[in-house]
Order: sequence, then structure tokens, then C-alpha cells
Amino acid sequence: MLAVQASGSFIGLDFTLRTVALGAAVLGVVSGTLGSWAVLRGRSLLGDAISHAALPGIAIAFLLTGQRTPLTLAIGAGASGWLGAMLILGITDRSRVPHDAALGLVLSVFFGVGMVLLTFIQRLPSGTQAGLDTFLFGQAAALLPREVIMMLILGAAAILATVVFWKEFKLLSFDPEFGRSIGLPMRRLDFFLTSLLVVAIVIGLQAVGVVLMSAILVAPAAAARQWSNRLEVIAPLAAVFGAGAGVTGALLSASLPHTPTGPTIVLCAGGIMLVSLFFAPGRGLVANAIRMRRVRRGLRDLGLLEDLFTLARKHADPLHPHRTAVLRAMTSTPETVSPGLRHLEQRGWARRTGPDSWGLTPGGWEAALTRFGPNGDQQPGRNPA
Amino acid sequence: MTHIRLEIQLIALVTAIACALPGAFLMLRRISMLSDAISHAVLPGIVIAFFFTGNLNSPLLILAAAASGIITAALIELLSRTRRVGQDAAIGLVFPSLFSIGVILIARYASDVHLDVDAVLLGELAFAPFDRIVLGGTDIGPRALWVTGTILAINVSFVLVFFKELKLSTFDPALAATLGFSPVLLHYLLMAVVSVTAVGAFDAVGSVLVVAFIIGPPAAAFLLTDRLSMLLVLSAGIGACAAVGGYWLAFLLDASIAGSMASCVGLLFLLSLTFAPRHGMVAAARHRKLQRRQFTRQMLLVHLLHHEGSPEEEIECRCDHLCEHLRWDSRTSSRVIRSALHDHLIEQNGEKLLLTRAGRSTAREALSGTVPAGSLV
Repeated sequence: MLAVQASGSFIGLDFTLRTVALGAAVLGVVSGTLGSWAVLRGRSLLGDAISHAALPGIAIAFLLTGQRTPLTLAIGAGASGWLGAMLILGITDRSRVPHDAALGLVLSVFFGVGMVLLTFIQRLPSGTQAGLDTFLFGQAAALLPREVIMMLILGAAAILATVVFWKEFKLLSFDPEFGRSIGLPMRRLDFFLTSLLVVAIVIGLQAVGVVLMSAILVAPAAAARQWSNRLEVIAPLAAVFGAGAGVTGALLSASLPHTPTGPTIVLCAGGIMLVSLFFAPGRGLVANAIRMRRVRRGLRDLGLLEDLFTLARKHADPLHPHRTAVLRAMTSTPETVSPGLRHLEQRGWARRTGPDSWGLTPGGWEAALTRFGPNGDQQPGRNPA
Repeated sequence: MTHIRLEIQLIALVTAIACALPGAFLMLRRISMLSDAISHAVLPGIVIAFFFTGNLNSPLLILAAAASGIITAALIELLSRTRRVGQDAAIGLVFPSLFSIGVILIARYASDVHLDVDAVLLGELAFAPFDRIVLGGTDIGPRALWVTGTILAINVSFVLVFFKELKLSTFDPALAATLGFSPVLLHYLLMAVVSVTAVGAFDAVGSVLVVAFIIGPPAAAFLLTDRLSMLLVLSAGIGACAAVGGYWLAFLLDASIAGSMASCVGLLFLLSLTFAPRHGMVAAARHRKLQRRQFTRQMLLVHLLHHEGSPEEEIECRCDHLCEHLRWDSRTSSRVIRSALHDHLIEQNGEKLLLTRAGRSTAREALSGTVPAGSLV
């Protein structure tokens, strides 16, 4: 929705802003799609490690070629990010070092190597190094059309590959054992999907920077996850959320003074996540709370009905009223008796006969009979309500 | 000048040891990445405290940062408790958001002050010795050394005092809970220690190096030992080596000190990963090779035993037939035969192979599974 709004206002934007917004949208779509896989596979932090690991590659690409063209830097970033990812997978597979420690280790060591290389670059006489530090926090405002075109091509390729290998990746994520048993090369698929994640990160690095890239991968996907249980819905939805966060963040950052792009996009994505967490239907916390409350009320009413039924069975006249105090004494939660009785009255199962006495209605007696049986020994849960 | 060099190394050394101690427990509890989260998320705490005090050196900043570290850990816990996202996603959601708030606050309201995000990420170790504490007219040393020294003291006493509790709740949280220790309380205590460490250390060496020092040395030490106490000692030692080595690397290359130290951590981990006596790559490869050899030899002996005295013995037990029957290439089979001959497990009679007494009993042992466990592992 956000993306639609933003693109609707595209016409009124100047050329630079349009470029920036388009770049942020591409970034959001690609990160959302590939982030979904990462989040669903429990690899949310792999993106964090890969994006930090890209830094030395950027520095080396610059040191070797001496130029700041988007393609060389992207190749450098991709190569060292990929190396970092493979190291993490290798260390986790081949040694007793836990996965999270391998992540943190590769992340900080590669970043440290990158810092060492950056100090070399800062000592170079040429002034061309300006702008390399935008890779730390990103500068979407500095995006050039040719960079956006590169992002577009890389992103389209990555998404195409995801669509082509959709079935295989799905197996890899949800039932790798079965995949292996039908002869699919699961290890190679894992490498391939991780490589696509590297591509998504390379696309985003310049706009949001090394430090915050992981959030753009995780937040839209985690938000989309709240709305559906189906990958076919989650991934496109994450792409939409990512694009929305990207465009909104980029435009906000461009229109407010002294507001860096990366953090703004991250906060937009975080906002979408927070809204989804609370208000998504089904999985959302609010929907869940309402459901829990309904269930709890239903159980309370049923318990009260059972108590009334127990009293009624002891009596010659099943509709004989009883005092609330008796009902209160029968339950461990006496404070729920009065609201529960009113609720039963609404359902037509109980009626008030005096200021402090209640009895079953004929309908209530029937309802209790079908639920608890003539002897009151049936489990209420076993009968359809 | 040498004085200053010594002080820089001392600060780095103290920081490295202070980081390694809680880091070992984080690694064993599989929550290493919380250190990454905390070291980033202390930023908004520092910025907000700075707005109140207007002073970058106020101890209030450390307290506020520590508080935001604990809040980060609590938020991550809260988010993953909803069971709507995994723990790793919760980490990946919480700390970038908090860090972003910090960066935006700095960019919008504090861009004119010396509160540089680069400095937060990378630290200013080279300048640390110039910020000194002067007490009653006498210079008592650099501020960073006092701060990191205090943190080291806190961490050492934390580990010493709660060693038993930490050990139990790390390796068997359920038992710890039944025995009446509170794993939750201990978790947050550990988080508090990590936060304070991250804050105090990142002032000197930057948040990324804090992560390297917290995660790297324990990971390297984990490959070298199976004892918790040894793990702590080795982690501290490896961290100290990386600190001093990193300083001299930076000196030689004239490069970023924090970056060089992180690189050194990586180098030491790589060494440990390759050459660790039991859990290293080389040892594992050698072990696998040994196992494969032992298995092929058993195959040969069992094969010979199986056909011994049977009518097809003449064909089955010939050297050249092994390649066909056991699907070995000629190199494998000739090597196995040679080594079995050498150990007097078989004898060769022309082209025919015969089991010796020792070979026969080895084959029987392999079949009945009475091989001593040690020789198979």
C-alpha cells in the first residue's frame, strides 16, 4: 500500500528523488523476498554477518582498481560477503564451534580487516576515496541512475532464480531430509540460496550500509510472516513491505534535514513489523488476546453451567433457583460468578429469580444435559458445544 | 612515546581479558550474538544520557548504556517469548532498530558535538592515553585504563563468585532451576555484565572490536579444551595475545588499531581451527583417514574369513579379485594388502591370500563387535 502511495506521488518528485525512491524500492523488494527464506530457515543473522563481511571486499576492489564504479565495488562486496558466508557454514559444519559464535566471529573479524584496509585507502593521495564510508551507514541520496540500473538487473536476476528454484528451496527450508532422499543436491542448493542472499545484500549495501543491512532483510519478512502461514503469500508480502519501508524511509530521509537514510529505512521496516506483530489477523498479538479471552469466557460459562446443573440434579425441580453464594463456594474463582451468570442469561440458559438467586432455564437444562450427560459425568470437551 | 605505547597495549590487554570472560559463557549458552546486539544497542542509551548531562565523560553515560544493554536483552527475550518470531530474528529486529534511533538522534541533534558514530563503531584507542585522570594534582593514569580495569575487576569477581551457578545453569539449566538457582536472574546478571563490558570497552576500542573480543577468543579456546575453567583461562590468554599482537600489527602497517586487533583474533581462531590437537581440522582429517584405513583392513580380513575353507576360496581370496568383489581400486587394495602383510595379519601364497592366526581373531572380533571401543574411535 505504501509503495502504491509513494509511486502515485512519483510524478511530483524531482529526478534525484525519483532515482533514490526507485533504488530503495528495488532494495526492499529483493531483500523482502530473500529475507523471507532467511527468516523462515532461522538464519536471520546470517545477513548481518554477510553484510559486515562485505566491507573488506569493497576496500580491496577499490584498492585494486582505484575506481568507485558500482560494478567493481559490488563484485568485491559480493565476493568477500560470499566468502564470509561459506566460512560460517563451513565452521558450523566442520567444527564444534556453535553457529552463532561462527557468525559473530566472521562478522567482527571481516569488519576489522575491512577497517585496516580502509585506513590504507585513506592514505592514498587521490581524492577518489570519498564516499567509501557511505558503505557504513548508506547514503541513498547519493544513488546514481547507473547504480539503480545495476541494482535493478542484479535484483531481477536474483528474484528470477528464486522463482525458478522455488520448489527446491522450499524443500531445503522445510524438509531437507526428504529432499536429500529424492536425490536433490541439498548442500549445493544451500550454497546457491545463500549466494542469492549475498546478492540481495550487495544491492542494499550502498543505500542502507553495512551495519543496518540485516534489518532490511529480517524486518519485512518477519512482518509478512505474521499475516500468513504460506510461503507463497509471505515472500510477495515481504517484498511489498520491504519496498514500502524502502521508499518511505528514503523519501523521509531526503526531506528531513540531517536524517541518514539507512536508519530511517530500518525504523520504517521496524514500524511495519511492530504493527504486524500486534494487529495481524490470526497470529497478531491483539487477535490472539481476543481469542484467548473468548476461550476463557467460554470455559467459565461452561463451568458455571455445570455447577448450576450439579445443583439442579440434586433437586426435585431442576429449575429451582439457587443462591449466588452457593455458586461462589463451588468454584475456585468466585469473582467470575456474577459476570458469568449474566452471560448465561444472555444465552438464555439461566434466569434471575430474585436479587441474589439464579436458576437454570429449560433451555439451560437441555444444554447442560447434552454437554454433561444425565449423570453429569461426561467431559464437556468431548461433546460438540 | 614508549610510555604511551605501553599504555595503549595495557588498555587493550585489560579490555580483551574483560571481554573474554563473559564471552565464554555466552558462547556455551549459544547466545553469542547477543553481544553484537548489546554492543550496538547501547548507542541510544549513551546519546540520551549525553543529552541530559551534556558531558561525554560522565559516568552516567556508562550507567545509561548498561541500562539500554539490559533493556535490549529484555526486549529480545520479550519478542521471542511471543513466539511470533525466532530468537535470531528477534535479535535481528531489536538491535538495528535501537541503533538506528541512536544514529538518527546523533545526526539530528548532536551533529555538532564530538559524538561520532564512526568512533562508536571503531573506537579511538590511539587517543585513549591522552584522556587522563588527574587526582589532587597528580596524574594517576589514562581514564580508559581505570574504566576497563574496573570492568575487568567486576567481571573477574562475577565469574569467581558465581562460578558454580554459571557452570550449572549453562550446562544444565533444568537442574539449576530445580536446585533453586534462578537461571533467569543469572541470565540477566550475565547480560548486565556483558552490557557494562561492552560500554566500557567500546569507549576504548569500538563496538565491533568488542564483539571480536567477546566471541573470538572463547571460540578459539573452545577447540582446545573440554574444561570450563581451562576455557576461561585460554580465552583470556588468546584475547591478550590478540590485543598485543594486534597493536604491533597496527604499528607495523600503520593501520587502524581496532581493525588490526580484530584481524589478529581471526588469525588466532584460524590457527586454533586448523591445528587444535583434538578438535582441529588437521586432527579431524587425520582421524577420518585412520578410521577409513582401519575399516578397509577389517573388510579385507572379514572377507578372507568368510571364504576361508569354502569351495570358492581359490577365486575369492586372490589379490586381483579383491578389486572386483570389494569394489576397491587397485591402489587401495594393494595398500591394504601391504599393510596387513606388514602387521602379520595375512600371508601371501602366490596370488592367494591366507589369514594368519592373528588375522583370523581380528576378523572375528570385528564381526562380533568385541573390538575395544578405543580402537574404533
